[in-house]
Amino acid sequence: MTTRTSLLHHRGQRRWIFWPLLALLAALPPLLTAIGLEFYVGVASRVLIFAIAASSLNLILGFGGLVSFGHAAFVGLGAYTVGILMDAGVASAFVAWPAAMLVSGLAAALIGAVSLRTRGVYFIMITLAFAQMFYYLMVSLKAYGGEDGLPLPARSALAGFDLKDDANFYWVALALFAAVMLGLQRLVNSPFGWLLQGAKENETRIGATGGRVFALQWQAFVLAGAIAGLAGALLANLNGLVTPHLMHWSQSGQLMVMVIIGGAGALWGGTLGAAVLLLLEELLSGYTLHWQMALGLVLLAVVLFAPRGLAGLWRRARHG
Amino acid sequence: MAEQALLSVQHLVKRFGALAATDDASFEVRAGEVHALIGPNGAGKTTLIHQISGAMLSDAGTVHFGGQDLTRLGMAQRVQAGLVRSYQITSIFKRFSVLDNLVLAVQARRPGLPSWWRAALRDEAAYAQAQGLLARIGLGAQADRVAGGLAHGEQRQLEVGLALAAKPRLLLLDEPMAGMGPDESERMVALLQQLKAEGLTLLLVEHDMDAVFRLADRISTLVFGRVIASGTPDEIRAHPEVKKAYLGDEETEAAL
Repeated sequence: MTTRTSLLHHRGQRRWIFWPLLALLAALPPLLTAIGLEFYVGVASRVLIFAIAASSLNLILGFGGLVSFGHAAFVGLGAYTVGILMDAGVASAFVAWPAAMLVSGLAAALIGAVSLRTRGVYFIMITLAFAQMFYYLMVSLKAYGGEDGLPLPARSALAGFDLKDDANFYWVALALFAAVMLGLQRLVNSPFGWLLQGAKENETRIGATGGRVFALQWQAFVLAGAIAGLAGALLANLNGLVTPHLMHWSQSGQLMVMVIIGGAGALWGGTLGAAVLLLLEELLSGYTLHWQMALGLVLLAVVLFAPRGLAGLWRRARHG
Repeated sequence: MAEQALLSVQHLVKRFGALAATDDASFEVRAGEVHALIGPNGAGKTTLIHQISGAMLSDAGTVHFGGQDLTRLGMAQRVQAGLVRSYQITSIFKRFSVLDNLVLAVQARRPGLPSWWRAALRDEAAYAQAQGLLARIGLGAQADRVAGGLAHGEQRQLEVGLALAAKPRLLLLDEPMAGMGPDESERMVALLQQLKAEGLTLLLVEHDMDAVFRLADRISTLVFGRVIASGTPDEIRAHPEVKKAYLGDEETEAAL
């Protein structure tokens, strides 16, 4: 029997790439420490966290065709959940991190229920408006630091696993990143994921065949929000500070840029985009304050020459 | 009414401002028949189709299907009941393969929530059903081609296949022959005749009068949002008001 193929199926990376790469990433902290660059363990954690956030946006933007311009709100709500719980004396990661996902997921459920009734430019504007609402809400809440933000006295407690240690924190972020990516791969290739991709291509037809487009898109929106909340919980721990800026529209824009550079609708698009953008920022900001200009040029080049993102280039190179 | 009506449309109304696009339209489609809905341009056929399929809600009147009142239900619920439509403008998944198209349609039709975890590529039941549909619409050789690259007539055949995936009891075909050459029309007529032989009830909206008179068991004529006549092709041909409605339309006059 010949192998069945489908243009809806996203194979991800072959095993001989995925597992060695994961092993290499796991070995990163001791390697960096050995060459005296342990500072970069924190940078690597940051890349992983943004890879989670961008991948969650990619689920709705890339696979669902829903251009949400307010995704940073869910990252920020997750971060604030961890900060506020810690402020109230709840430091356990087993409580705070799922709570962050729950809060962000609930917010996404409400925002999605309203904004998914619109399309196109209206959807972009309404998601942006909701995110800015949360931004100004946190600016106005003086009890939690207002504009200055809320400092975290410590990192979350993870049952005997000391997250104060940067290498330990990195490994936890890596494990969660791997779990999110495997889960998303599974989801995108399930009947749910196929119908989501089908609705992106032709919403009317999915509806006319009996599919419930709103339910599909709403569930994807809620899941993406919850995963972004997890990224926010990790980010609060990494930064040791939660500020309204996490929810600012420019942060939503940055997540969108990551997805577009990496490849919207490609399984590893969000990860590639987050890695390229943050590493480029790290590299260029050492030379010039105007690193964002160089970043703009990179974005322009991707849009002009690789409309399907870096993941699209990679595919083209392999398949000719 | 000797035979049982599968679809019964009674006193439907749809207004757009002062214009009544559908104005007290009533007709019935019997189980197992091919029923054609004809009418001059601007008669309100498309609006009526939208109201029957549930894409548009009616201002007044009722739609009953298989004894069930569907008047207030949305399109997805009507599809689950077995009332399925195809589109005048081809509505397929252009970026995916022909087989992908049919598998998607089969999966969309299933009641309940789709799985988040099972691999869709290993969905043997969906693939078996899709392969069956592929053979039925005569696109077996095109299974792996990207749907957007098919010829116009083939895309129309796929369109019918996607509607069939929804397991209709009544298939509403909105101008299936639109934009087709004679050969492609011929193939579509053959496909519809085959569906008729399988016992499927068809409601056909079509401008191609040759096709209408070859396929239809009964015909309803819509003029200014109102059904002025329902009957066999011979009765419609002889009907004075139908003749008047089409007066001046030479092509149709010739067919009548």
